[in-house]
Amino acid sequence: MTTAAGLRVERWTRNSVIRSSLIGLAVLGLFAAPTVFEPAITQKLTGLWILVLMAAMWNALAGYGGLVSVGQQAFIGIGAYSTIYLTHAGVEGYTAMALAVGITAILAFLTSFVVLRLRGGEFAIAMWVVAEVFRQFVSFDSSVGGGTGISLTALGVYGPDYGRAFTYWWALTAATAALLILFFLLRSRFGAALQAIRDDESAAASLGVRVRSSKRIVFVLTSTGCGAAGAAILANTLFVQPNSIFSVQWTAMMIFMVLVGGLGTFEGPILGALILFLLQNQFGNGGVWYFIGLGASAVLFALFMPRGIWGTITERFDLRLTPIGYWVRGPAPPTARDPGLAQSDEGPPTDPPSEVAQ
Amino acid sequence: MAAGSAVGIVGPNGAGKTTLLDVLAGAQPPTAGSVHFRGTDVTSASAADRCRMGIGRTHQVPRPFVDMTVFENVYVGATAGGRLRGSAAYERCLSVLELSGLLPVANRRAMSLGLLHRKRLELARALAAGPEVLLLDEIGGGLTDAEAEELLETIERLRRQGIAIVWIEHIVHVLVRAVDRLICMDAGRVIADGPPDEVLQDATVIDAYLGKQE
Repeated sequence: MTTAAGLRVERWTRNSVIRSSLIGLAVLGLFAAPTVFEPAITQKLTGLWILVLMAAMWNALAGYGGLVSVGQQAFIGIGAYSTIYLTHAGVEGYTAMALAVGITAILAFLTSFVVLRLRGGEFAIAMWVVAEVFRQFVSFDSSVGGGTGISLTALGVYGPDYGRAFTYWWALTAATAALLILFFLLRSRFGAALQAIRDDESAAASLGVRVRSSKRIVFVLTSTGCGAAGAAILANTLFVQPNSIFSVQWTAMMIFMVLVGGLGTFEGPILGALILFLLQNQFGNGGVWYFIGLGASAVLFALFMPRGIWGTITERFDLRLTPIGYWVRGPAPPTARDPGLAQSDEGPPTDPPSEVAQ
Repeated sequence: MAAGSAVGIVGPNGAGKTTLLDVLAGAQPPTAGSVHFRGTDVTSASAADRCRMGIGRTHQVPRPFVDMTVFENVYVGATAGGRLRGSAAYERCLSVLELSGLLPVANRRAMSLGLLHRKRLELARALAAGPEVLLLDEIGGGLTDAEAEELLETIERLRRQGIAIVWIEHIVHVLVRAVDRLICMDAGRVIADGPPDEVLQDATVIDAYLGKQE
């Protein structure tokens, strides 16, 4: 759009188009992984996309919606167990996983009417209680193995190698779709409102942002993403047990990834997921010390680098990789006091600029 | 309040001026009484709904969305409160940024702004929502004489556009030039209400507020 004064608002710059195209191509390339790597590596990489998905979801919930939950494992478990119930009803395995995501969305929507009445710590703990309620529900259901758990046999028809490849593609598609939805949501008017809520909830409300309904949308969306992660975790391990799938450790991992990567940034949680993935593969056999290390790192980040790695980088260098912002471009405005806008149409070497021009 | 009218509110610290503004804007519920806007009782309406109806506000301590750019801050007002879309929203944002002198810093993140720019941003954001009534909470504090003159011009321009102003301000000599009615509060009560000249001569006001300033 260009105004009479020659000013215009830009969403995409040449740099961001090139960067986004390269990222898109890289993601397409990742779909080829099962044809290149051994099944064991494919399975590990599936775990990485699940981590990316979970981190992005918890970040959107806490970082943009301001909803700090320690009970998102509720929806991970619902995604996994809904898949089991559906396959028992005769639905094909991967179709069951997709339908389980829909069931998670419905249950998240219903749950939101109870938990979103609460704020802060009350909401966080209520979500943990919700997770426990769902855990108890499946623990007492002998048709899904009760407390001892159950195997997912429906994917057996594809054989181990094809099964791992299909699960990889499913997880990568889910993670990519979630990030794309989040990206387009953040680029929309609703995204601007969400970022405003992130920065100052009551100031956002004073500008007309309907905070509670915005939070409901974020809650349902991110919980649905956790449901997709749960279904993928089940498909990747082919076994589910209430105590493990409804374990608070999933939320602890999400918090770690988001705190280390950068709360309230688009790119930070992806970085956090990569870091956790590397740590898992290096130190994952360390038992309790591994978890102590993760917890201690998260505490140190919260204390000394509260914006996380990516948040600190963006703050220091005023850098955002994903084009979710708005840039004003155009000729100098006719004010004597202020020096005016840059003439450049090309955009600065790195976008966004710290100022239009001084 | 009539369209384009302006009311100033003065009083010592703790008089309840900001609380009154919070009640009018829907940030706090009243302990008694009700808030009416265009003939409708809006006491139970949320802050967001009141903004959408046309009640805009600024905050005494600026509350910018620090991780968003100046333009994006204003864009929230235009799209959420003003319910504008696409190029209409952009146009509104650019015009209020120009009015408030923020165009040169439009692409800067709000966290990097100094106090003066933050105060201007408060005003710009509220204006982007297209208010009919604008509640201003000490936006003149810390301004130089030239900046205060500029602010007065802006207020006058807004009034000519039909926007009604409720303005809390400690810089009384600036305030009285902008308003046609002045209210003085003390300890949660209105102690004087009338034309600015008369209120400033009121013995109770001098005792409770003006006298204390010296």
